[in-house]
Amino acid sequence: MKILVCISHVPDTTSKINFANGDTEFDTNGVQFVINPNDEFGLTRAIWFKEKQGATVTVVNVGGADAEATLRKALAIGADEAIRINANPTDGLFVAKELTEVVKNGGFDLVIAGTESIDYNGGMVPGMLATLLGYNFINACINIEVEGNNVKAIREIDGGKETVSTTLPLVIAGKKGLVEEKDLRIPNMRGIMMARSKALAVNEPTSTASATKAIKFEKPAPKSAVKLVSPDNLDELVNLLHNEAKVI
Amino acid sequence: MSILIYAESAEGKFKKVALELASYAKKVADAMGTTVTAVTVNANDVSDLAKYGVSKVLKASNDKLANFNAKAYADVIKQAAEKEGIKLVVLSSTTDSLYLAPIVAVNLNAGYASNVVALPVSTSPFQVKRNAFSNKAFNITEISTDVKVIGLAKNSFGLAEDAVSLTEEDFAPSLNDADFSIKTENVEKVTGKVTIADAEIVVSAGRGLKGPENWGMIEELASVLGAATACSKPVSDIGWRPHSEHVGQTGKPVAANLYIAIGISGAIQHIAGINASKVKVVINNDPEAPFFKVADYGVVGDAFEVVPQLIEKLKAFKANNA
Repeated sequence: MKILVCISHVPDTTSKINFANGDTEFDTNGVQFVINPNDEFGLTRAIWFKEKQGATVTVVNVGGADAEATLRKALAIGADEAIRINANPTDGLFVAKELTEVVKNGGFDLVIAGTESIDYNGGMVPGMLATLLGYNFINACINIEVEGNNVKAIREIDGGKETVSTTLPLVIAGKKGLVEEKDLRIPNMRGIMMARSKALAVNEPTSTASATKAIKFEKPAPKSAVKLVSPDNLDELVNLLHNEAKVI
Repeated sequence: MSILIYAESAEGKFKKVALELASYAKKVADAMGTTVTAVTVNANDVSDLAKYGVSKVLKASNDKLANFNAKAYADVIKQAAEKEGIKLVVLSSTTDSLYLAPIVAVNLNAGYASNVVALPVSTSPFQVKRNAFSNKAFNITEISTDVKVIGLAKNSFGLAEDAVSLTEEDFAPSLNDADFSIKTENVEKVTGKVTIADAEIVVSAGRGLKGPENWGMIEELASVLGAATACSKPVSDIGWRPHSEHVGQTGKPVAANLYIAIGISGAIQHIAGINASKVKVVINNDPEAPFFKVADYGVVGDAFEVVPQLIEKLKAFKANNA
């Protein structure tokens, strides 16, 4: 099985979010970048397939040279090789089209991406990629088993879960559940050393297609201070929730 | 040129999000001088949609569509859009619609903006405001394609009645075998409990509760309020509560009307996941807990004293307001 794991290079979950150039772009100043958490669950599951079922694992990112550190981390965790499409992604469709070429050229039969990135929260690249490729697609996937060509997977649904069966080739949009938090790997020294000699190919983009564009960013209005209610006066809390906030 | 919505139903009844979607689409249609058309799958009585501004319903009925199947449902929506010459498709943010939207967008050569939180900033050029950076910011996105798909974020618009007269039409989309290449084997749904996805009120607790044996009062508080229960990440990681209750950036997102956090300090990742909720209450014995900075109402106190008292006060309130 040839697995491609799509990696978004995103600000660490604890980052303060600020914007630059008249609020038209994300301010990367002082921001630590990481593998998108949803992608990391998928990557860890892919490495499980490598270790238990002899799969090969390629990681890919569509982004600038600064994303290479994130790809090297994925290699240090255990991916075999990396590809970077050298472009500043303009939107989800652009990324999906570039990934379509990578999948076709590499003959991948399982593509694992994250359900959404924690920066733009578009939640569209995996579904678009699958549709452009004509591959099967499972969204919000929290478990996957592959035997030969047959796939059994679980997807999250509102208020529960659904077990589905399908076949390769397949794209899944994964999240926590593919593996658990405790299964995530921290690169060790040996992994980091080995990652240095693994291939990281840089390819130029093949199209400029995009359908949407981010015009501007805004931060939420500053919040008014919390109204404190004394623990001895909980009637007041009930009163506020009913008469002021009107939520009960 | 009507606006198309996919109105989701379950067991023959429209979900609340379907009516919210209709309300939203009607406002957009008014601004654009057009009407709202809905496509439904295996729904019988569609009259409710007219109350919220839908003037035409395409009723797709097919036994093959008994279980949700993204590819097939996306095909239904695509064919409905093409039949009606639709330029704007509005979908919700249920797990099913989030699954469908990118497929529909590619099939219609449409640009897609998800997580939309308000009426369009402008309809020409078409610009929408959406949540980004996990609720830490908003992003104005312009869709430049002729056909457009947008996804309305959960609980971001509400219901607005606006009754119109309704035309119903049976709709028989052509489905092919390739639409069913993913087969549903089994569906497990929590019954008799409010789920986080549907809940208007969520009661959530964290490590401050000290152990899983103390969740009785959380469940009781939730039951008094008709709320769903949730928990912080550490609590699900150590196994006090099931993963399905974990809310936050890597867990389930919450966009409730009221979110009550008990014994949760408010790590930035937790806040990111619940910040789309309208009103937030924190109960914590540490006045320095970061949650107080984002909450609307706070009680500094011991959860083991405050929560049982709050349950009694709410019971009395419910009895008086029944």
